[in-house]
Amino acid sequence: MKLLLKGGSVVDPLKERVLRLDVLVEEGKIAALAPQIEAPDAEIISIDERLVCPGFVDMHCHLREPGEEFKETILTGTRAAGRGGFTAVVCMGNTKPPADSRAVIEFMKRQVETAPVPVYPVGCATKERKGEELAEIGDLAEAGAIALSDDGNSIMSSEVMRRVLEYSRIFDLLVISHCEDRNLSGNGVMHEGFMSTLLGLRGIPRAAEEVHVARDLILAEMTGARLHIAHVSSAGSVQLIREAKSRGVRVTAEVAPHHLCLTDAAVQTFDTNTKVNPPLRTKHDIEALCAGLRDGTIDVIATDHAPHTAEEKEVEFNYAPFGISGLETAVPLMWEYLVTRGVLSPVELVQKMAFNPARILGLPERVIEVGKQAHLTVIDPHLKLPVRVKDFVSLGKNSPFDGWELQGWPVLIIVSGEAIYAERTGAGEKGD
Amino acid sequence: MKLKRKDVLGLQDLSAEEINLILDTAEPMKEILAREIKKVPTLRGRSVITLFYEPSTRTRTSFELAAKYLSADTASISVAASSVQKGESLRDTAKTIEVMGADVIIIRHSVSGAPHFLARTVNARVINAGDGAHEHPTQALLDMFTIKEKKGRFAGLKVAILGDITHSRVARSNIWGLTKLGAEVRVVGPPTLMPPFIQDLGVKVFYRCEEGLEDVDVINVLRIQLERQQKGLFPSIREYTRLFGLDEKKLRYAKPDVLVLHPGPVNRGIEISPEVQDGPHAAINEQVTNGVAVRMALLYLLMSGGEVNEIAS
Repeated sequence: MKLLLKGGSVVDPLKERVLRLDVLVEEGKIAALAPQIEAPDAEIISIDERLVCPGFVDMHCHLREPGEEFKETILTGTRAAGRGGFTAVVCMGNTKPPADSRAVIEFMKRQVETAPVPVYPVGCATKERKGEELAEIGDLAEAGAIALSDDGNSIMSSEVMRRVLEYSRIFDLLVISHCEDRNLSGNGVMHEGFMSTLLGLRGIPRAAEEVHVARDLILAEMTGARLHIAHVSSAGSVQLIREAKSRGVRVTAEVAPHHLCLTDAAVQTFDTNTKVNPPLRTKHDIEALCAGLRDGTIDVIATDHAPHTAEEKEVEFNYAPFGISGLETAVPLMWEYLVTRGVLSPVELVQKMAFNPARILGLPERVIEVGKQAHLTVIDPHLKLPVRVKDFVSLGKNSPFDGWELQGWPVLIIVSGEAIYAERTGAGEKGD
Repeated sequence: MKLKRKDVLGLQDLSAEEINLILDTAEPMKEILAREIKKVPTLRGRSVITLFYEPSTRTRTSFELAAKYLSADTASISVAASSVQKGESLRDTAKTIEVMGADVIIIRHSVSGAPHFLARTVNARVINAGDGAHEHPTQALLDMFTIKEKKGRFAGLKVAILGDITHSRVARSNIWGLTKLGAEVRVVGPPTLMPPFIQDLGVKVFYRCEEGLEDVDVINVLRIQLERQQKGLFPSIREYTRLFGLDEKKLRYAKPDVLVLHPGPVNRGIEISPEVQDGPHAAINEQVTNGVAVRMALLYLLMSGGEVNEIAS
């Protein structure tokens, strides 16, 4: 099976350039790269001015399987990932049961065999995600856990966090930290600030995140472990991470699209689709997050895709679960909000959404060079479409972006040499 | 005259004109309450449902009597807070009430925004009878009606709201209403019960009574929820009373003719001393009467297009 991608612009995140090149894919690998390739036996895909990028990787999503298949399954979640332009996803271990044992990781690995997009599961750092005793990390690593995290159950004991980081060094496993001092966040449901005062909703102060970011940076420095800060939302966290990086702490960090596009003002209508943890913050935080993306403090954009059912979300604000279904909107949101507004270049966006996450996780390298595995994401930078939540293939329709007109949609992914088209209403007329 | 809106969810959304209209309409309503036969046929054939997810005696009774005095049919539904998450969803409950023919649903809920969710879900009109720490518009309207009766104006008045501002929907609705009508509003309480950026609503913040109550025309004393002490928000009831309980000594910081309000129910001797509660400055019982009048005005303005004078004469 040969594929010839003709007429596209190829994004190179290493040499930081975009070149007009045809790409020949053969047996799952990049076989040739040249301004003009002829291959009579290949299936030709007309790229026509669109961008051929190394395959995007979402290093933070929730696929809900096992245990909450009514919210999402590995199959529906990976289909959503593909439609959203991702060629690999990392799924969190807050399943039921949690991914704290070899058996659960192996179960996930088996389910993945039918998935259109590779899935790399994260194992729990502690047993039952309780933050008390170390999980059998050696077992998890051997079974194929790509990183360690207790996800939303931040590890409250500094002592336990220290031991998780220390122990991870046997395998040099990445420890992903959801930074939240749960004493400070309490029963909060939105960012603590003027809007929470206005709405009379319980606030979550920035300090709830920053206290744990500071603690984890200190512990990472002390232990020499590899720390990754999940979904950074506050200006203070960005500054703490920047300082830690400058003194050589082995830390990386990610930001979620919704924290770059929405502020706490979006909560004003009490739409539970705006309820997310960490909460939507302020313009000041968005500016700091963008600065962090530009200067390299924040390495990665990851969705924190958290699907929930309509029944769970169509309730009083306090009773709704936290989370946004994000896989199918991340790329156009980031194109619209970062690239068209000049925060990041297309090359930098590819670094944040493909090259850096793959490098941090040790996945196949996200560069388009002859001989490399063919994981590709094709983006149409001119395609302008409204978000249509009802067309999501994710079971989670919980998105605050329904109806938003966005520009820069993924139209095609190639995973191990196989093409998967992102079907979306209206894409045909404008795109082709 | 009529309120040109489907729902009344908070004073944030109401214009000064609308607030004045409600307060003006409440005056003839109060006259009806003073009659021997307290009933007018204005809302005959209309149905008003109270849907309360929090226990309440005075607000619910006040709404029900207001509706009955206007000849509406009423029914009340109580949902125990403990069964909320197990039982029927608010969405389904509301739809059920609506298809039974409710014209107005009056909702009290411990979660901020629940009335807004309800208003989006049903075609019936929705009146907020208190949502979480967000708004309690009819309480603020009755407070304002009482202030207007006693002081005759809002412009230039200094009004202090004293106590737990963070958790108070009464405080927020009063701030919206009073600032819109030109009063100077202060909030007074410990920093642990003061929400962030409250000053951005156009109020002055004080942590000490001698400064906050100085020279004020009105003090609105908020009920202190005793469980806040267990949450660590203040050291003891004793110290709260000593620092923030309104007694005769603290009353002397205010103007000599200061008006004292309290939304009730009162923790007697805690946030307000018995001497002040039963003293000449307090209008706590009149507030209750005025609450019925204000709620009659609101129901009338939402559901009937007639002239106020028709029913008052």
